[in-house]
Amino acid sequence: VTDTLIKPSSAPPLQRALTTALRSREIAVFIVLAALIALATVKSSSFLIGSDGWRNLLVTPSILLLLAVGQTVVIVTRNVDLSVGSTLGLTAYLTGRLFVDQPGIPIPLVFLIGLAFGGLLGLVNGVLVAFGKVPALVITLGTLYIYRGIFLEWAGSDRINASDLPADFLRLGNQQILTIPVLTLIALVVLAAVGYYLHTARGGRELYAIGSDPDAAKLYGLNVTKRVLWAFILCGALAGLAGVFFAARYGSVSSNAGRNLELEAVAAAVIGGVAIFGGVGTVWGAAIGAFLLVTIDRALPILGIPDFWQRAVVGGLIIGAVVLDRVLSARQERKLIEARAES
Amino acid sequence: MSTPTIDRAVDGRTYAAYSRPLIWRLVLTREFAVIALLLVVFVYANGNVPNFDGPLTLYYLFLDMAPIMLIALPMTLIIITGEIDLSVASVMGLTSVMLGILYADAGLPMPVAALLAIAVGVACGAFNGFLVAYVGLPSLAVTIGTLALFRGLAVGLLGTEAITDFPQKWTDLAKERIVEGESYPMILIPFVVLVVIFALLLHFSTFGRGVYEIGLNDEAARFTGVNVELTKFWLFVMAGGVSAFAGIYYTLRYGSARGDNAEFYELQVIAAVLLGGVSIFGGRGALHGVIAGVLLIGVLSSAMRLENVSTNITNIVIGGLLVLSVISTSFLSWISALTSGRARRAEASSSPQQSDQSGADQPSR
Repeated sequence: VTDTLIKPSSAPPLQRALTTALRSREIAVFIVLAALIALATVKSSSFLIGSDGWRNLLVTPSILLLLAVGQTVVIVTRNVDLSVGSTLGLTAYLTGRLFVDQPGIPIPLVFLIGLAFGGLLGLVNGVLVAFGKVPALVITLGTLYIYRGIFLEWAGSDRINASDLPADFLRLGNQQILTIPVLTLIALVVLAAVGYYLHTARGGRELYAIGSDPDAAKLYGLNVTKRVLWAFILCGALAGLAGVFFAARYGSVSSNAGRNLELEAVAAAVIGGVAIFGGVGTVWGAAIGAFLLVTIDRALPILGIPDFWQRAVVGGLIIGAVVLDRVLSARQERKLIEARAES
Repeated sequence: MSTPTIDRAVDGRTYAAYSRPLIWRLVLTREFAVIALLLVVFVYANGNVPNFDGPLTLYYLFLDMAPIMLIALPMTLIIITGEIDLSVASVMGLTSVMLGILYADAGLPMPVAALLAIAVGVACGAFNGFLVAYVGLPSLAVTIGTLALFRGLAVGLLGTEAITDFPQKWTDLAKERIVEGESYPMILIPFVVLVVIFALLLHFSTFGRGVYEIGLNDEAARFTGVNVELTKFWLFVMAGGVSAFAGIYYTLRYGSARGDNAEFYELQVIAAVLLGGVSIFGGRGALHGVIAGVLLIGVLSSAMRLENVSTNITNIVIGGLLVLSVISTSFLSWISALTSGRARRAEASSSPQQSDQSGADQPSR
């Protein structure tokens, strides 16, 4: 056992793959998700089977998925972005306004504007955090107020209704390709791209290095400022995209759009195994965490628990995930120390 | 959430800083800047905002800000140790619901119900404190979890219904004035008592010195004999207890116990504390700055409300102030590094020897 601990590459590849899979947080959370879906389907078959259930299962989490992916990129660098919910609300309203004020605007352009606008809001966060050298928690708490204030002030008592939006745009929320909703497909493509980048690209690995030890990363010669700046821009852009999704999915944008979502995005990441102090975790985990959170919301009433309890369950899950991480890492550390003492 | 900050947290404690006269050292602090800003805004509002000097303004300002003023006290200590508690508003909601259930459904007398509700809040704080101090989990993650958990319990227990049949005697007490006709409500009495307690605790006791030491370097604090775990544990318990008290006040003031009472208050409390000059990295901050910070938010919002500015603009201003207050520190140090760098370069070009001298005088960090 000790040999594989110090020199993991000495083990046969199949065994190595198996141990990695067994230890993987992503798979553990996925099993919980699958069990939950199975349980809910047994109770009420319309949860999964049938076009509505299947579509809801896939399309509702896609908004939180985008937020969780962006949040993961930021958390991995040992920062946090609390303003994503406000960014989402502001962009969702902007989307509605674009359709109202510029009838006939092409839909792909709206998606691009959403991305760009969200990226701009992320840039503000990024500039303040990266160049101001101040904690992201405080800055993004401030921009949470500012963005939401701008959103509410701009919207006033006005709200975007489904009748204001073009039918083609609203159909995006229901349209399916090979039974998979279009919005989910887009979200999954984004997930795959960001996941691939974080896993293989130099820039992605540098984000992990920065999160593991910012000082060491700086001494090593990494451009910490630039990387953190881009992490915030990406997070903002994805929140902007999620805002466009929100408008397409729900067809209406009220002043409550995106409220509380920032904490859910952090929660999804933490449940998916992203360490809040950076350097650890994958977007795959965060994505499964997002699916789990949204699915719990839908599954609880079917399992006979009033959905008022949803937040309590989510809270319990977050604490459970953090405690589990702690126990596992303490055990790993102890084993490594023992192995070092023996060798 | 970042590390290279110790030098900034202790910047007032260098030899260079102590070479200034005492009066300058007192005036050139974040706390004094907030107090000055508060006075400026207050005087301006008194002179220019219609009805601001009326008897009701201050009364409602205190009534509205009381929960935030109360919770900001233990929150200050928690943030000075470098931790954070995001669950305070959820504790308020949970105690509000507990009070309603214990009083209206279980039929307990109000003081007993209130005490039990406070016990629930203390238990919530102890749960946070145990996980943070003894299990060693990051407080940000733990309290995001308990934010959802406690709020979920509150919403789960009551659903969407509200308990409103509280006796007039108690709901009036929450709104009563200390002296009839004056603008100071009764809630200021427990607030002042708590301010005295927390000021003694933070600024005049070994416990308080321990709080600062933990924030600067908890490893070093442990070596100097501070019981780091116990200190953090007690701070979270205090936050739970005070939040519970604020939750009871909130319930009685609005006469209704609901699961979603006081939602999002945690962000306001933290904004007020940080505005008051407490460093989010820990190790720096003082209570008088925090109280000025809370009052600044209160005065700004009531002045802007009287000017018919919407609450959205008020929120934008508060958010902007929060960002400015943290940015200003690094902006000022950037400026001073720039100017001192220029001075040093100028010296270096005139006489290289002298510049070596001044370089040696620089306190090493």
